[in-house]
Amino acid sequence: MAIVYVDNKPYQMNPDENLLHGCLSQGFKLPYFCWHPALGSVGACRQCAIKQFKDEHDTQGKIVMSCMTPAAEGTRISIVDPEVVAFRAGIIEGLMLNHPHDCPVCDEGGECHLQDMTVMTGHDYRRYEFDKRTFRNQDLGPLVNHEMNRCIQCYRCVRYYRDYAGGSDLNAFALRNQVFFGRHEDGVLENEFSGNLVEICPTGVFTDKTLKHHYARKWDQQFAPSVCVHCALGCNTDAGERDGTLRRIVNRYNHEVNGYFLCDRGRFGYEFVNNQRRSRQPLLKGQPTSVASARHYLEEKIAQGSVIGIGSPRASLEANFSLRTLVGRDHFYSGMADHEVKLVRLMIEILERGPMRTPTLREIEESDAVFILGEDLTNVAPRMALSVRQSVRRQPMEAVKKLKIPLWLDFGVRDAMQDAKGPLYIATPHGTRLDDVATATFHAAPDDLARLGFAVAHALDSSAPPVPEADDWPLANEIARALKGAKKPLVICGACCGSEAVIQAAANVAMAAHAALSFTAPECNSVGAALMGGNPLSAAFQAARDGNADTVIILENDLYHRAPQAEVDSVLKAVPHVIVLDHLPNPTTEKAELLLPAGTFAESDGTFISSEGRAQRFFQVCTPENEILASWRWLKPDHWQNLDDVLRAMAEALPQLEAIRDAAPSSKFRIAGAKIPRSPHRESGRTAALVHINISEPKTPEDPDSALSFSMEGTPDQPPAALIPFFWSPSWNSIQAVNTYQKEVGGPLRGGDAGVRLFEPSPKNGQAYFSAIPAAFQPRESEWLLVPMYHIFGSDELSLQAPAIRELAVMPHVAINSVEFAEGMEVEVTLANGTFRFPVRIHREMPAGVAAVSVGFSPLVAVQVLSWGKIARAK
Amino acid sequence: MKPSFDKPLTERMHPDGSTVDVQAYELAGGYQAIRKVLRTGMTPMAVTEEVKSANLRGRGGAGFQTGLKWSFVPRGKDVPNPTYLVVNGDEMEPGTFKDRLLMERDPHQLIEGAMVAGFAIEADIAYIFLRGEYTLAAERLARAIEEAYEHGYLGKNILGSGYSLELYLHLSGGRYICGDETGLLNALEGKRANPRSKPPFPPSVGLFGKPTVVNNVETICCVPHIINRGGEWFRGLGRTKDGGTKLFGVSGKVKRPGLWELPMGTTVREILEERAGGMRDGLKLRGLLPGGASTDFIVEEHLDLPMDFTSLAKAGSRMGTGTMIVLDDHTCPVGMTWNLTHFFSRESCGFCTPCWSGLGWADRILKAMEEGRGKPGDLDKLAFQTKMWTPGHTFCALAPGAAEPVQSALKHFRDDFERHIIEHRCPWS
Repeated sequence: MAIVYVDNKPYQMNPDENLLHGCLSQGFKLPYFCWHPALGSVGACRQCAIKQFKDEHDTQGKIVMSCMTPAAEGTRISIVDPEVVAFRAGIIEGLMLNHPHDCPVCDEGGECHLQDMTVMTGHDYRRYEFDKRTFRNQDLGPLVNHEMNRCIQCYRCVRYYRDYAGGSDLNAFALRNQVFFGRHEDGVLENEFSGNLVEICPTGVFTDKTLKHHYARKWDQQFAPSVCVHCALGCNTDAGERDGTLRRIVNRYNHEVNGYFLCDRGRFGYEFVNNQRRSRQPLLKGQPTSVASARHYLEEKIAQGSVIGIGSPRASLEANFSLRTLVGRDHFYSGMADHEVKLVRLMIEILERGPMRTPTLREIEESDAVFILGEDLTNVAPRMALSVRQSVRRQPMEAVKKLKIPLWLDFGVRDAMQDAKGPLYIATPHGTRLDDVATATFHAAPDDLARLGFAVAHALDSSAPPVPEADDWPLANEIARALKGAKKPLVICGACCGSEAVIQAAANVAMAAHAALSFTAPECNSVGAALMGGNPLSAAFQAARDGNADTVIILENDLYHRAPQAEVDSVLKAVPHVIVLDHLPNPTTEKAELLLPAGTFAESDGTFISSEGRAQRFFQVCTPENEILASWRWLKPDHWQNLDDVLRAMAEALPQLEAIRDAAPSSKFRIAGAKIPRSPHRESGRTAALVHINISEPKTPEDPDSALSFSMEGTPDQPPAALIPFFWSPSWNSIQAVNTYQKEVGGPLRGGDAGVRLFEPSPKNGQAYFSAIPAAFQPRESEWLLVPMYHIFGSDELSLQAPAIRELAVMPHVAINSVEFAEGMEVEVTLANGTFRFPVRIHREMPAGVAAVSVGFSPLVAVQVLSWGKIARAK
Repeated sequence: MKPSFDKPLTERMHPDGSTVDVQAYELAGGYQAIRKVLRTGMTPMAVTEEVKSANLRGRGGAGFQTGLKWSFVPRGKDVPNPTYLVVNGDEMEPGTFKDRLLMERDPHQLIEGAMVAGFAIEADIAYIFLRGEYTLAAERLARAIEEAYEHGYLGKNILGSGYSLELYLHLSGGRYICGDETGLLNALEGKRANPRSKPPFPPSVGLFGKPTVVNNVETICCVPHIINRGGEWFRGLGRTKDGGTKLFGVSGKVKRPGLWELPMGTTVREILEERAGGMRDGLKLRGLLPGGASTDFIVEEHLDLPMDFTSLAKAGSRMGTGTMIVLDDHTCPVGMTWNLTHFFSRESCGFCTPCWSGLGWADRILKAMEEGRGKPGDLDKLAFQTKMWTPGHTFCALAPGAAEPVQSALKHFRDDFERHIIEHRCPWS
């Protein structure tokens, strides 16, 4: 640490950082705009000016930008020097010249960095007397709203969108005080991470368009810490609610997981919670019924015996465990199709045995050579794709370090680095959105992808099994060299291809390269559900068809997503009593004799285990006035009073899950004797919100399950990371307040980041190389090998029920490289489950004999696609 | 007429305005400097030392020591390659037209200079970044480059020496900011022409991230003469300690506006009165910008100062490009200041706040004042803005340059500004 004197007092600052970073980390209220911890310094806005002095005798000093000046040992600066105070006031005055001052009608109002900085700088009188410049705004699609008149030209948006997220359709146009940040023409922002613009933009140019449809000020919302349900990465979020409606999702910083950014599916998929088609009270044989009679019916069926339960990879551990307890472990069945369980179990076994470490997303960013085997990351684990995009800068960064350019000096680094990229190899059946930064891509059938992996492993370690008829494979050797030459090599794989061989090959590569190994998993709690276990789903189906089940309880699971329609139809027909808990109507709920309205993540507490193996708790934010309850509350035995009891019982029954109790503090946790308020501070005027109905404040709902209260009462102290409902601190009303929650700006949250990692293999562990190497893929004359193709907007069951995401969902199609078919042509794809009609998209990069079909949504909802099928021009 | 050796830069130029082609250039002793460098076994360091000893300072306006700049280029085996030489021909400073003459009338002098400079910094590739509106220069340079390739002066293995240099002519899309050293590099890379962070400086991280030297056209044109006749000789050409001759220009309502090659350190008065013939009849001098739009006004009392890189600081100004713009007593100083501020405001790249925002505001204030809508307090606002444009407060030198005419006009012509406000009109209109 370096000693930096700020107004003559010594402070410790990180010498590898700049003075703005150091001052903010020390809690100084130094205003800034263009700088961002994830984007570095460029010196555009000039707002963070300070006075720098040569030594203790220098009384003149000179004005410098704190973001552009290293926090070098012995540096002497002043923040309060009158000349620099006047300069900063001049900057904010300049920024506000053309700003419309439309805060009352701006969605950013109340959580606007520009408002905060204006107040912080003390600018309160307008001297500019001329017309303001105006722009025409653009329609950027259903996610992000555009209001350019508010722009202060800080350049953060384009730096984030282009330089960080790899987008190309947002740019800075024109010059002087007329710079326009937008697209070349109206249209949906193409990048899958566009939603982060709403948090990156320091004012109201880019705002959340979904929030606009049911707007509430930050101070009028109540928030709860949550975990994203739209893929398995477990990005941390805060969910905001008002009047029983979920209003939006914002990023909840977790240094190890999502950092500052979410994907668009994760940020905007939440609206399924507000879907009007949701069941809000129990339905018995299609008719609304009381909770008491629903419970009575449930108890009666349990008492009659012969009950089986089917769990779910998208339901919490608590919900799955409650069902398991209710029906008994012998009658509890996994909610995943057998082939899914097999893949997820295989991944877990590999990680548990080690010695390969499953990296956090932050560690993925820091990897300096990456080999992706089989995964279309942007479409199955989007946030990880953003991390991989950063990883390609690691190796070129070493050359930059040699030039003595500080790594926070963003433009300096980029000028030096230019287009240089570190090794990233992507081997997938079809092209991916990361191919633009890949060193090389390889598109092949899953068996050939596995063979490539096995060949790489063998090239790295000759004791790994060789691949028959593929010795001295140049690409494999190249990948092996890249991984071997790296300090932090990484292999990424997952269930995307539906192939065990691909997963085993990835494990071999990681073992041979001493690399980290990251697996993606299909759903938000796939790993948790697999760890909990249960009998195979096929056995449940068999039991049903054999007449061995009088009642089946299906937990948050549309079985039509697990197996072909005919099969599920026959199963549900065979069971006399079908009890379903879910939140949205789907083909399975339609078959329910008793349908219990289950809480979504917004109405429930619970725990998910992410693909990293991180157990994380999410908390209820909505208190529905109707009969919606967390699934585990419908199913739990009477003697479990609250969530703590569920967790305790689960830890006893399933020791492998004991650690998840530590994913968040228990309901007993207090700060200064008080719970943590979900609502922002009392200054907000929120107490008057219902005054037109009743001038006395309504009683706040109790929360027996967590250390959070549905209240604004509580201490201003920072809660533990797992319990942070919102980021807000004095002077920092915007999301930039996160700076004040970190030990060092951009670093871990004070008190540690949220979640408990379950897989920490000891380096002593080890496993033998997998040796079942598949034969090379042989195309067939009249058949195609069908492989699943996932879509960020479309393949996720829940987000597809959110209007904005549905609007962006791709048209399901078949991707193929063939002269037989033309782009847009309608074809019929015939596989074991039936014949389905799709339009064709020609993918020239794809291997011969392989076709990729859209899965996860209509018409191909059941995911078991990896099979041979016929494709013919539709009549 | 003074003897021709006093005017190395312009001595070969044809009086009829036509260009010096390769034969004429060779006949006049051209391409001897590069021969000397390549055939007498001069090392790159020796060439650099010679230029250092000449005390050649950058003619683009900043006056940085050319030899010193060259010596910053990393050399040796582990150096990233290629190394680039970029000749800045984006002459867009209002009132400045000196490089245009050099490029239109004697393009081979520039090419030879680029070759020698390229050799000195061990460059592999050189670019001439030319102002887009200089179409005649573009035509003549393109032809001259062709000739140079035909005669073996460019390309692989020049004159059998083993040294190779490719030279490309690039026409700017056209913005003032492209003339900024690093804005130019971004423009050349096809990016937005915003200036870059410094450090890293172009000699270590320049064009496409590689070591790069950016030199002004006039600077490069001096180089062959320094090699031919020696640094000592060149330094001796100046009347003060800055070496060489310099192209000095005068525009405005003088009798003979024009451009002359004169010894560095020639006084303002000599240029204005002897060369430009003084003010037109009936007009009096109010003041002048000595070196383009982005220099401070000087007035009558400063006319005996020598034009070099240091002397004008005594008058609070600088030599800049050495091409002066003269203000007479029949022209409104507020109008002139507005005109210049309007230009700088329009040309701001839009990157840093004091520039894009402050210049726009100053432009509006001056316009209002000139149109009779000025208000008490406007001068304070202008003065405050010029402080916001201090070097170091802004990202690059554009706004500090824009501050110079404004702050000096406020100093020298304050009464005129106040009259605009009090009388609600422009007294000259």
